[in-house]
Amino acid sequence: MKNLLNGLLGWTDARFPLTKMWNEHLADYYAPKNLNFWYFFGSLALLVLVNQILTGIWLTMSYKPDAELAFASVEFIMRDVEWGWLIRYLHSTGASAFFVVVYLHMFRGLMYGSYKQPRELLWLVGMLIYLMLMAEAFMGYLLPWGQMSYWGAQVIVSLFGAIPVIGEDLTLWIRGDYVVSDATLNRFFALHVIALPIALLGLVVVHIIALHEVGSNNPDGVEIKKNKNEKGKPVDGIPFHPYYTVKDMVGVVAFLFLFSLVVFFWPEMGGWFLEKDNFIPANPLKTPEHIVPLWYFTPFYAILRAIPDKLTGVLAMGASIVMLFLIPWLEQHPVKSVRYRSLLYKMLLGVFVVTFVILGWLGTQPAMPVLSELGMRLAELYFGFFLILWLHSKEERPSGTYFGVFIGVLIVVLLVDITRFSSDNMALIVISSLIPIVYFGVFILGSLLPTLNKSKSVPDRLTVK
Amino acid sequence: MKTDNINQGRRRFLTAATTVIGGVGAAFTAVPFVSSWQPSAKAKAIGAPVEVDISKLESGQRLTVTWRGKPVWVVRRTQDTLDALAELGDKLRDPASDVKTQQPKYAVNEHRALKPEFLVLVGICTHLGCSPTFVKETDPHSLGAEWKGGFFCPCHGSRFDLAGRVFQGVPAPTNLVVPPHAYLSDSRILIGVDQDSIDVKQQII
Repeated sequence: MKNLLNGLLGWTDARFPLTKMWNEHLADYYAPKNLNFWYFFGSLALLVLVNQILTGIWLTMSYKPDAELAFASVEFIMRDVEWGWLIRYLHSTGASAFFVVVYLHMFRGLMYGSYKQPRELLWLVGMLIYLMLMAEAFMGYLLPWGQMSYWGAQVIVSLFGAIPVIGEDLTLWIRGDYVVSDATLNRFFALHVIALPIALLGLVVVHIIALHEVGSNNPDGVEIKKNKNEKGKPVDGIPFHPYYTVKDMVGVVAFLFLFSLVVFFWPEMGGWFLEKDNFIPANPLKTPEHIVPLWYFTPFYAILRAIPDKLTGVLAMGASIVMLFLIPWLEQHPVKSVRYRSLLYKMLLGVFVVTFVILGWLGTQPAMPVLSELGMRLAELYFGFFLILWLHSKEERPSGTYFGVFIGVLIVVLLVDITRFSSDNMALIVISSLIPIVYFGVFILGSLLPTLNKSKSVPDRLTVK
Repeated sequence: MKTDNINQGRRRFLTAATTVIGGVGAAFTAVPFVSSWQPSAKAKAIGAPVEVDISKLESGQRLTVTWRGKPVWVVRRTQDTLDALAELGDKLRDPASDVKTQQPKYAVNEHRALKPEFLVLVGICTHLGCSPTFVKETDPHSLGAEWKGGFFCPCHGSRFDLAGRVFQGVPAPTNLVVPPHAYLSDSRILIGVDQDSIDVKQQII
């Protein structure tokens, strides 16, 4: 039997590089030995992708992409199709889980400097995957044809209408009708189930090939390829298989435990994963009282809403995503990992996470003046983060640079405040201006203090606790 | 590879020419795919005018109908409301309806209407396309003591007065759209055609 299998393998290897690929990507692919739990999220994203594709294929077997039938067909899946409720909840929870995992994966990259030379392209491909994922999630959300599906699509498609000159024609072209309608539903279905998944799968393959070319970064940010033994293997590396295949399984079990908890007990997650207005069929005549996108879009949505001008708002929202693409070129500090960066840098990263989370919460709240004002200030902090990232990428700049940048930023903030100034919001603007003043004061002028702005020395070898 | 007897210049020219011609072909091939996304003939045809009976509309009330898939409102305004419109001028972006695309020329007046009493509007916010909520002065609201009634967009907080004119400091850039409309009689409005069009003249008896 064993001989037979070996024979079959040999026969295959002569015709297809099976053993070669296995070795290159698993058994003989060396990963740093100190990868911690943050490194689970890449393989978990792959797991969720498989879940989405599998449950997605099963959902299309009962779903009807037709404005007259779509809403009822989803209820049909939920009530009448054998196990339909489970397959649909796996898909809807999977969508949110995808973003949870991807956001953590991205934050990991940010923390350990995994976007830095030579992994810039890896980061770019990852960002493209993230962008595709947003398009995929947005189009998928139209399919149940509920109130939130309909009005969410109406708002997002209208964003393109803000583009001067061609905007109106472009939105008409995207919708295929004068309003979001059956034509829109049908083409979003086609894109959601065929075009974007194919593109996503392709990009994931490119992402993995790029990763295996440059190798994984690690929590110390030390390149393992610089220190090889006589066989040419990294001294601080271990083969991905069996070490990390087995370790990732632990991550998979922990993930599936939490994932199942949501699928079986809180599939709607209190309105965060499935919104209550989406259980009402789409009505083109009435916008729900309070419309919000799903949680994974809300930080960018809050930036859009905070700016009281259509074109500027849309541009700012686009820019907030574009900034993420530029990180490898904004931040080129030689020390990769946050472990060995300055105290100020650790605080900066922490404040960025807080800013992002609060922006996300603001995006789910009604458009009230106080909250819009807070949104405006946090949008300033969001963009400020990237400026300071650049500023901190070199430790010793002339003190004039810091003062110059600080004053420059304050002038921009002041100019923005002047354009939106009115007697109604005067007090609000004055008080809230403390937020950017303190933020930029600490992170720009704080750089002048060596105790705050000095990074530690990076070890030559990986540290394993 | 040997380079003798190979005319590199000619080879490069042929490669470039083939690439250009191929590219042009690919661009032409894209045309049907891109054009396929335009509204179909069927979608274009469903633009017929809609007739509205306003005889039962009380003062201060609003009526909603569908025209080209969009909500169209008819609001019957009181004399108080009409008087209040003139006082809002300095709080609005475009009080005199200067932006030509937002209304037919016969609605460029202080009430943005053919007959001051009846306001006809496309109920789609000019910001990102939500349908604003009709909030009367007497309704419970959080829009401030100076609110004289109008439309509030729940999506992004844009506000419009009872002539569909946008307030300053909100995301919506322009006034709500007044669709082409015509009075067939005192109690019948036809939405989707102009007052002086031939269609209307034939129907007014």
